[in-house]
Amino acid sequence: MASHGIKDRVAIVGMGCTRFAEHWDSGADELLLAATGEAFAGARLTKDQIDAYWLGTAQSGMSGITLARPLELADKPVTRVENYCATGSEALRQAAYAVASGAYDVAMAVGVEKVKDSGYQGLNAFPIPGDGTARTVTAAAMFSMVVPAYGAKYGVSPEDMRMVLARIASKNHANGARNPKAQFRKEWSVEQLLAMPKVAGELSVFDCAGVADGAAAAIVVRAEDAHHYTDRPLYIKALSLIAGNGLPLGDPAYDYTTFPEIVAAAHDAYRQAGLADPRRELAMAEVHDCFTPTELVLLEDLGFCDRGKAWQDVLSGAFDLDGDLPVNPDGGLKSFGHPVGASGLRMVYEAWLQLRGEAPAERRIGTYGERDLALTHNLGGYPGEMVGFVSILGTRPG
Amino acid sequence: MRGIVGWGVHVPYRRLDRAGIAAVAGTGGGKGSRSVASYDEDSTTMGVAAARAALASVDAAADVRTLWFATTAPAYQDRTNATALHAALRLPRATAAYDAVGAVRSAVGALDAALTGIGTHLVVASDLRTGRPGSADEAAGGDAAAALLIGGDDAGPGLLAELLGRTSATEEFLDRWRAPGEQTSKTWEDRFGETRYTSLGIDAWDALLAATGRGADDIDVLLIAGTHARAAASVLKKTGVPASRLHDPFRETVGDSGAAQPALLLASALEDARPGQTIALLVLADGADAFLWRATEALAGHRPAVPNVAEQIAQGGAVSYGRYLAWRGFLPVEPPRRPEPARTSASAAARATDWKFALVGSARADGSVHLPPSAFDDARHPAAEVEGTIVTFTVDRLAYSPSPPVVFAVVDFDGGGRLPIELTDVDVGEVAIGMRVAAAFRRLSSADGVHNYFWKARPIRGGSR
Repeated sequence: MASHGIKDRVAIVGMGCTRFAEHWDSGADELLLAATGEAFAGARLTKDQIDAYWLGTAQSGMSGITLARPLELADKPVTRVENYCATGSEALRQAAYAVASGAYDVAMAVGVEKVKDSGYQGLNAFPIPGDGTARTVTAAAMFSMVVPAYGAKYGVSPEDMRMVLARIASKNHANGARNPKAQFRKEWSVEQLLAMPKVAGELSVFDCAGVADGAAAAIVVRAEDAHHYTDRPLYIKALSLIAGNGLPLGDPAYDYTTFPEIVAAAHDAYRQAGLADPRRELAMAEVHDCFTPTELVLLEDLGFCDRGKAWQDVLSGAFDLDGDLPVNPDGGLKSFGHPVGASGLRMVYEAWLQLRGEAPAERRIGTYGERDLALTHNLGGYPGEMVGFVSILGTRPG
Repeated sequence: MRGIVGWGVHVPYRRLDRAGIAAVAGTGGGKGSRSVASYDEDSTTMGVAAARAALASVDAAADVRTLWFATTAPAYQDRTNATALHAALRLPRATAAYDAVGAVRSAVGALDAALTGIGTHLVVASDLRTGRPGSADEAAGGDAAAALLIGGDDAGPGLLAELLGRTSATEEFLDRWRAPGEQTSKTWEDRFGETRYTSLGIDAWDALLAATGRGADDIDVLLIAGTHARAAASVLKKTGVPASRLHDPFRETVGDSGAAQPALLLASALEDARPGQTIALLVLADGADAFLWRATEALAGHRPAVPNVAEQIAQGGAVSYGRYLAWRGFLPVEPPRRPEPARTSASAAARATDWKFALVGSARADGSVHLPPSAFDDARHPAAEVEGTIVTFTVDRLAYSPSPPVVFAVVDFDGGGRLPIELTDVDVGEVAIGMRVAAAFRRLSSADGVHNYFWKARPIRGGSR
């Protein structure tokens, strides 16, 4: 068994990202045109100069035609990919590996989701015919079970747990308020968040990701070609993806305070990139804060904190913009919004802006200039049955 | 000699206080309470619960030759409902499963077929009794199921009550009726039915005493079932049996459970009976049917399934009249803004019958248990009769449910196996980590007329099963 990775063999040379919002006036077509258009312009490329495309969408369209038709692509290979909420990251992984293989010189990864045409609240999976025994609770309910489990395991009182979760939401909203592309641009104090009514376990609506439409895109090329397109490429250090087998759901030893798939993906990614101390080596991390307790657990699963310690680091501000390791400087899923197929690439977009010094001063990470590596983490599914993705990106090869 | 070799009952957890009816409906109600099937119960799921208890009550394996399912409230028409019970009970492929559906009297017919047949029969009677809001039927009815295991004295399990005699009287007359497709029944002026039932009841009764050579004084316990309460009272006076020997018809606690009532009363009477006692059952439903039973010596050593009839009746939890109306479809309330579940696939369900209907998982050589079963395991692991403990839980106010919110728990089953599973028959404030639960066969949802049956977990109240 081997996971060799493609460290420094592929670089991102152009990116685009729409605002994530309830785009009542835009469909998937318009969102795709906007995100790809920004990426084309940044890399000074036309759609015809891209050799192959990967389109990530969970349920806004089927087949590569979902991208080829609105862009009027001529004789291009377009592959539609889906991997739950890690769909956008999966598109990037496929495009990058295709370039690394030598099959193509220039490839594009695009992610899109048009969520708000369903007429329902939240994210709702397309029904696959089945025997009717699948769980029907919401993702919010499944992730809410982390809260009492974590509190009991590490001796954190319910009141302190609520404070920690509110602190995470407050931080991400503060970051999103400084981001013109974020869905929610209002700051919320811990006190305001603590007063919200519960919708699933201890979670309020403000513990859940924003539900938004949006699209994001990245152009990848061989690393040695990167400077043909930009002076400041982003090199891919690691891409790791793990699809869980669901066994933890039925395992009496599983305690809902960790996501094993994420631990495995992080381990693989750090090995590919050669990272030993992510908390001190990374300049920033974008993590999949679909719910506030998810971010809490991820801080430990990704090795940023020792087990049972993340809640204290959250309260001390270690992951704020000016903290030890800024986490979700763009606002995260919480405030940037979560168009499923686009979110993984949206995370990369923030790394693209921050590491290249393009993030506006009001939300610039405190580590800028000192460190040059970013992590993006994307997941899909539930505790116990999850797809996990981790990437490491950097501004310098080697 | 044939008779009863086992029994089991299911009285739904919820109780409607009849005093709460008139405040909303402007009329109706009365004293006491009635049992109410939960929103996720129907005649099929209640029948499964009663039949599981019946089979669990017999020590020797019951070689069931035929399964009968009787109800006035079938979950399906033009298809057999008994096959779902057959699957949930994991009865052999060679065991036949038949419905006797339509009228309260159908249950008597099923019982008669079992008593006159050969081999062991499982007779399951289950009913939801529904009346228009404010009606007498609404207040008088109750939801319940009861199962009788009927066999000969050569059957594996011993006879607990032998049939001494059985008579019938039939006549065409109109007392109550329901047009196909309607949810509630209508009734003729009750004085007319009272005269007909009194005449029929006494004809059957006198014939029963004559056929068995017994007098009214010989009857230790009299059970009278029937939806017509006035007729039951009139017949009682004419039987010659002292009113003190009439078994409680549960009108104040459960209500009249229609097709389930004869078997429910028999089960209750047998739980109280002493060997040698004579028990008469008179059913007034589109005619009259009379049965005479004698409790056998074996009854003294028989332990009925827990909780028994008296315990189940005592364990009820309240449901408000508004919620009852919503559950019955009389008050359509706004659902969560989530898509309703899709139709269950017939072929996918057929491939998973043991899992979906009987909660059968699998076990690996290393001792681990998988729910649902894993293709990598050789051994099957039936989990339906195993109790479990809540490890953690949550309340989901966002998920689609016919009766929000969804209470969802991670349950570890005794002897291995963990299943994240929905809870039922539970109030939100009552759930706790460590709570003991048992599996319950329920109807999760319905789409396109297809009912999606699967298992939930319900708190164990009043001791371990």
